Amino acid sequence: MSLNEYLILSSLLFCLGLVGVIRRKNLLMLFFSTEIMLNAVNIGLAAVSHFHQDLTGQMFAFFIIAIAASEVAVGLGLLILLYKRKNSINLDTLQNMEG
Amino acid sequence: MFEIVAFYLFAILTVFMFGITVFTNNALYALSSLAAGMIFISAFFFLLNADFLGIVQIVVYTGAVIALYAFGMMFFDSMSEVKEKIQNPRLVFLFSGLAALITVVAFLSPIISTNIISDYAVHPEYGNTQDVGVILFTKFLVPFEVAAVMLLVAMIGGIILAGKKMDVSYSELSEDEIDALESSNEKDSK
Repeated sequence: MSLNEYLILSSLLFCLGLVGVIRRKNLLMLFFSTEIMLNAVNIGLAAVSHFHQDLTGQMFAFFIIAIAASEVAVGLGLLILLYKRKNSINLDTLQNMEG
Repeated sequence: MFEIVAFYLFAILTVFMFGITVFTNNALYALSSLAAGMIFISAFFFLLNADFLGIVQIVVYTGAVIALYAFGMMFFDSMSEVKEKIQNPRLVFLFSGLAALITVVAFLSPIISTNIISDYAVHPEYGNTQDVGVILFTKFLVPFEVAAVMLLVAMIGGIILAGKKMDVSYSELSEDEIDALESSNEKDSK
């Protein structure tokens, strides 16, 4: 196995997440897609770390995981607050201004 | 040979699972396929000799993040189909793909010709977990502490945001009291 296979897989998964972020209108599904993108980047970092025999990539992956965890905590809190107020988590209902 | 078979098996499984997450209309299917995909991704970390990262992936993602999503989904009506007005704007897809490509090229072109020297080399005699520990607590101590503070802030923020108006316990109220509370809440939201 070479570095290229892992990087191709990583970019494939990232594109899948990107398509989800652009396409989805439900905010919860949008969160899932961002998780996919973060995971795809982690694979790439771990692969570079392995094939260059350097631990910096793995360190970055750890911090990305920490950021993902805190993003979920704050994001879900905001989502629950939004659902209580609007009774929906659809992006289309968030438009307040006419335009 | 083993590595090749495992890589392609888990690559196909991961792409399939995340494909379900991105394209399904059922929130529950999306959540469970996301959890499966996260576990399959940890297999790549084990293949890449990043054992500690693989364990952290399983514990943090499928243990904490997915559990948090599962609890969060109790607040939404997740059993029903997700209704979305998807119009698939092809031009937006094309332009965002191009923008991502340009960003990658702009960041990679200065370093692609230079020789990459490893800053923190792997010590095979240590083993992965000990190696990670040594680097994390010597070279990356300040980012580590900042990440700890950030997680604390996120935890407090999450509790405060989600915990509003949760001082009323429905299990201790009678049916009539719950109905009265619900109708007054609906008036407030309108």
